[in-house]
Amino acid sequence: MQATTTIKRTNTSTIRQRISDAAPTYGALAALVLLLVFNSLFTTNFFAANNVINILLQVATTVLVAIGMTLVIATRGIDLSVGSVMAIASAIAATQLPRGVGVAMLLALLAALMVGTFNGWLISTFDIQPIIVTLALLITGRGIAQVINNGQLVSFANPTFEYFGKGYIGFIPVPVVVMLLVVAAAIFVMRMTAFGRYIVATGGNEAAARLAGVRTNRTKIAVYAISGMLAGLAGLIQTARIGASDAGTIGQYIELDAIAAVVVGGTPLTGGRATIIGTLIGALIMAVITTSFNMLNYPYSWSLVLKAAIILVAVYIQRPKVA
Amino acid sequence: MNDELLRMTGITKRFAGVTALDSVDFALRAGECHSLVGENGAGKSTLIKVMSGAYTRDAGEIFVEGKSVNFRSPEDAQSAGVVAVYQEVNLLLFRTVAENIYLGREPRRFGMIDWKRMNADAKAILDRLGLDINPRATLGTLNIALRQMVAIARGVSFNAKVVVLDEPTSSLTDREVGILYDVIRRLKAEGVGIVYISHRFDELYAVCDRVTVLRDGKYVATRDLKDLDRLDLVCLMLGKQREELERKGATAFDHSAAPVEVEPLMSATNLKRGRHLNNVSVEVGRGEIVGMAGLLGSGRTETARAIFGADNIESGSIELEGKRLKISEPNNAIDAGIAFLSEDRKAEGIIPELSVRENLTLAALPALTNMGVVSRAKQTEIVNNFMQRLGIKASSSEQKIRELSGGNQQKVLLARWLCKNPKFLILDEPTRGIDIGAKGEIQNLINELAAQGLGVLMISSELEELVEGSSRVVVMRDGTRAAELRGNQISQANIIHAMAHGEEKQESGVRSQESE
Repeated sequence: MQATTTIKRTNTSTIRQRISDAAPTYGALAALVLLLVFNSLFTTNFFAANNVINILLQVATTVLVAIGMTLVIATRGIDLSVGSVMAIASAIAATQLPRGVGVAMLLALLAALMVGTFNGWLISTFDIQPIIVTLALLITGRGIAQVINNGQLVSFANPTFEYFGKGYIGFIPVPVVVMLLVVAAAIFVMRMTAFGRYIVATGGNEAAARLAGVRTNRTKIAVYAISGMLAGLAGLIQTARIGASDAGTIGQYIELDAIAAVVVGGTPLTGGRATIIGTLIGALIMAVITTSFNMLNYPYSWSLVLKAAIILVAVYIQRPKVA
Repeated sequence: MNDELLRMTGITKRFAGVTALDSVDFALRAGECHSLVGENGAGKSTLIKVMSGAYTRDAGEIFVEGKSVNFRSPEDAQSAGVVAVYQEVNLLLFRTVAENIYLGREPRRFGMIDWKRMNADAKAILDRLGLDINPRATLGTLNIALRQMVAIARGVSFNAKVVVLDEPTSSLTDREVGILYDVIRRLKAEGVGIVYISHRFDELYAVCDRVTVLRDGKYVATRDLKDLDRLDLVCLMLGKQREELERKGATAFDHSAAPVEVEPLMSATNLKRGRHLNNVSVEVGRGEIVGMAGLLGSGRTETARAIFGADNIESGSIELEGKRLKISEPNNAIDAGIAFLSEDRKAEGIIPELSVRENLTLAALPALTNMGVVSRAKQTEIVNNFMQRLGIKASSSEQKIRELSGGNQQKVLLARWLCKNPKFLILDEPTRGIDIGAKGEIQNLINELAAQGLGVLMISSELEELVEGSSRVVVMRDGTRAAELRGNQISQANIIHAMAHGEEKQESGVRSQESE
């Protein structure tokens, strides 16, 4: 008797619950739809297949980085070092290419993973603020990358490696395929695995999570490691696309784009929640704005203003409500 | 009454409808050290925050030296001579002692900081307090005790007439406490009034002249400490009449069925952690409910956290079923079959943004996963089972836990542990702040589980709960195990005696009880 009433109530309120939980993400989705509708009315050729794919291609590396950032932010942290990690991976890949594409890429990803692990280790074991630790790596990381490259642009001609940046599978560019695979994997991790639960538990209430047996330090190390590795992957793709490694500029300011995508997508900076789809939407919003300003011949600088406004609105919607 | 420095009358303070202080009176004389005591939620910290300008009052009046005052900020209070020195010292570790004392109001000369004068003035203040500290020393090079003295010196440098010390000894060692006492005596001799908050009775009786007791936001009494014995003080704090200590039947526990012979299950031996735990030992048998009593700060929660690995201990050992455990983190204790329900549901229990389901299964996840993937079926089964068994009222298992009532949150947290089938369960204030109905249900459940062989260590401030629910009661006082009561010895009177005096004087307490 009691059980039936419970179950009956379950369904109706679950839907309401889901809606209220996802409100910021739905907000972002609505904004994206609005932008698309606007473009379909005013921007000729916006929905031409090559333009859509172009937008996805543009956004691929940012999304890779932003997914790692989403996990980090869900634990109440932040990772500013991603751009520099991209540079390190790029430099290692470019300089190690003579050893073979597989070895070069593996070494690059391994280095990125190590930098991320090092971030997480400093943050969890020594309880140093994430923003400080990763700021330090943001600064030194690019230096390290330039040392690896001897301070020069390292260009190469290696079709196998370049395939990861320029190749197509069917009509979809390889970077877009990689992005979609990583998005799917991240959704799976957050929805289905214990690790996903530990991430939001650590961000939601670290003390409580620890007392419930969650290895909060290990969880934090893991998210920074993942963030590092995804940044490394993004670095590889970018490098392969350009056909050269420029450690001085690759991935510059990508941390800002990634954080913006995360926030606009509905993952709060205060942690405890994560939405991968939201992050994807957030990144798309930013890219669509840039593209449509371009296609409509509006000045680029105004697109920045619009982006800033969207970020502020997103944060305002997410502000913690006073009980 | 012309030596009265501070008088507060009818102070009322509400937070979002909750009354934290209800018409509280307080008076402080010149040259006295006046202790403010009370259990959790008594309103001590709210009162000192009103006193020192951190909060504004909703009703009542404050007089400093007979003049009515209206503090809008801590700065207002400081300029009137009322200064609070808080437990967590807010000082700059990389600046010098003198800079810290004069931070924000450095003496200037031609617009520049007058270092010479600042150091000289700082030196004068430190000398006044009998402290041999170099004002040019970097604060970080001093030990915690001396940093705390610098914080007090900073307070005094505002020409303070009233100094509020909030748990000033919590991070000090026994020897360092002596330095604090000297400082307090010097201040008293100068006519400064001191408001002293501490949970340690030994300290109150060592340095304080009077005590004001608060309970549940209300004023209870003000007494001269030399005329008030410890037992009476505890009775005032807990709201018990000395004569009416024997009462029965207020909780859902049934005391008659307590097992006599118990198989040993968990034993913690000589746990030591600074001044918080001093060689504390506790044993709990299979199927036994052992109560743990003690005032706030007596080492109750600290014992639980030490056993569970939440705090690192300096020495001591923990055995479960005869096996010595190596516990450095909570997950070690959990793996061994120990569970711990924290007293602070909000800060250490619930993960507010997660659902009932996610909160309930958090500790059990390792058992519910296959290759890291959570089994939806097993999860649903456990959640439905425990929501029904414990009568958890939520709109669904997907409702966010923060939206539940306190009693339902507590049930979810209890279920978090019970679904793991622990061998030994530590409950810290399991029924605090929840409604009567849920309280009885939880008490019944604890009994039921013990009957099935679970060992329980139950920490509680509610003496009725301890008396009726436990087969033994361990009483803590000032970080030591003060007494253990068994069988007929378990009574509110004896628990209070032990809280106040510890083992040695407990005998006389029992005797006086018998003579009544």
